[in-house]
Amino acid sequence: MEFKDYYKVMGVARDATEAQIKQAYRKLARKYHPDVSKEKDAEARFKEVGEAYEVLKSPEKRAAYDQLGQGPRPGEDFRPPPDWGAGFEFSGAGARDSDYSDFFEALFGARARAESSNRRGGFHPGQGVDHHAKVLLDLDATLHGGTRQLSLRVPEIDAEGRLVSKERVLNVQVPKGILAGQHIRLAGQGARPPGEGTPGDLFIEVEFQPHSLYRIDGRDLYLDLPVAPWEAALGATVKTPTPTGTVDLKIPQGSHAGTKLRLKGRGIPASPPGDFYVVLQIALPAAGDDKAKAAYAAMAAAVPFNPRASLGV
Amino acid sequence: MSSSNDQALSGAIFEESALLTIKDLSRMCAVDERHIVEYVEEGVLSVVEINAAEWHFTGAALRRARRALRLERDLEINLAGVALALELMEEVERLRRELEARR
Repeated sequence: MEFKDYYKVMGVARDATEAQIKQAYRKLARKYHPDVSKEKDAEARFKEVGEAYEVLKSPEKRAAYDQLGQGPRPGEDFRPPPDWGAGFEFSGAGARDSDYSDFFEALFGARARAESSNRRGGFHPGQGVDHHAKVLLDLDATLHGGTRQLSLRVPEIDAEGRLVSKERVLNVQVPKGILAGQHIRLAGQGARPPGEGTPGDLFIEVEFQPHSLYRIDGRDLYLDLPVAPWEAALGATVKTPTPTGTVDLKIPQGSHAGTKLRLKGRGIPASPPGDFYVVLQIALPAAGDDKAKAAYAAMAAAVPFNPRASLGV
Repeated sequence: MSSSNDQALSGAIFEESALLTIKDLSRMCAVDERHIVEYVEEGVLSVVEINAAEWHFTGAALRRARRALRLERDLEINLAGVALALELMEEVERLRRELEARR
């Protein structure tokens, strides 16, 4: 088992005061809160910080933890001493539904668990707790609907009454037109209440993986479409990929880079359906050979054009 | 319960299908009904305007309420602070999406 240096996690000295620990926690919690943070490993860091604070904020747990000393030397395995916890009265962890590390579980787990499960039950007797999970889907799932195999981490109480995180694989029919941030509700797939009663529901929050072609904005989709300078200037009909297949798109005469063309109702098929936006980008052909160079030169001679006129030069 | 089911489960899009009573919301968030009332008073949650004696919420209120609860619990923010944080977070999300769409 890996030894956790809670002081290092919180970035405080071993003799830090309660006020300093609280201050450090507040700062780190704001930084890594999964609802707020855009850091890549925010969720893992937040859990780690929460666990460290759980121990260091409680004088009893902190005193017990301090007794362990600095932990084993690097690379050495940590085992709680046989007389661990003797003489300490732990007042239990909060009713958080996050999973603690093995290290925390070994030191404070059993007692904290008993306390928090008392607090959790009984809220609405006979009604199981709802479960919430987040999944990352491909955009095609909402564009066309279809079944996806989802693998979820679900908290479960095992035979010894400990809270463990189990993998659960479900085949789920994804409703066509679901948007990022919305939930699929699977009735009766949440936790079973002890004894008789109705199981809770499972709420699956949907997010999308980035798509290779389209950007997603709510129910609307955006595509950058490269066009040749003459297609933009003279107008043209060009082939364009859309979620419902390739279409012939009319580029109006006099278009420029950034011109946005809207294909109404061709975004995500929600209700109401989103729109599909094509944003034009001008692609320049290379002046690779003498013919192309001559064409550029002829254009320079024929068209008086100062692209920097707006800069006043 | 942890094995794979052969038959696909199907469920509705919660945000579009659900109309929640204060009792539903309180149960789903595992908080007291009074706490939901406080959220409404502080403007964290809004009630759907329908001609009913009882308050109703859209499914979208669940995500907002759960987020508010997490902020309150994890960051020890008071209600007014939660309301402000939620508004600012939504503003940031909107701006990020706009930026992404303009990129």
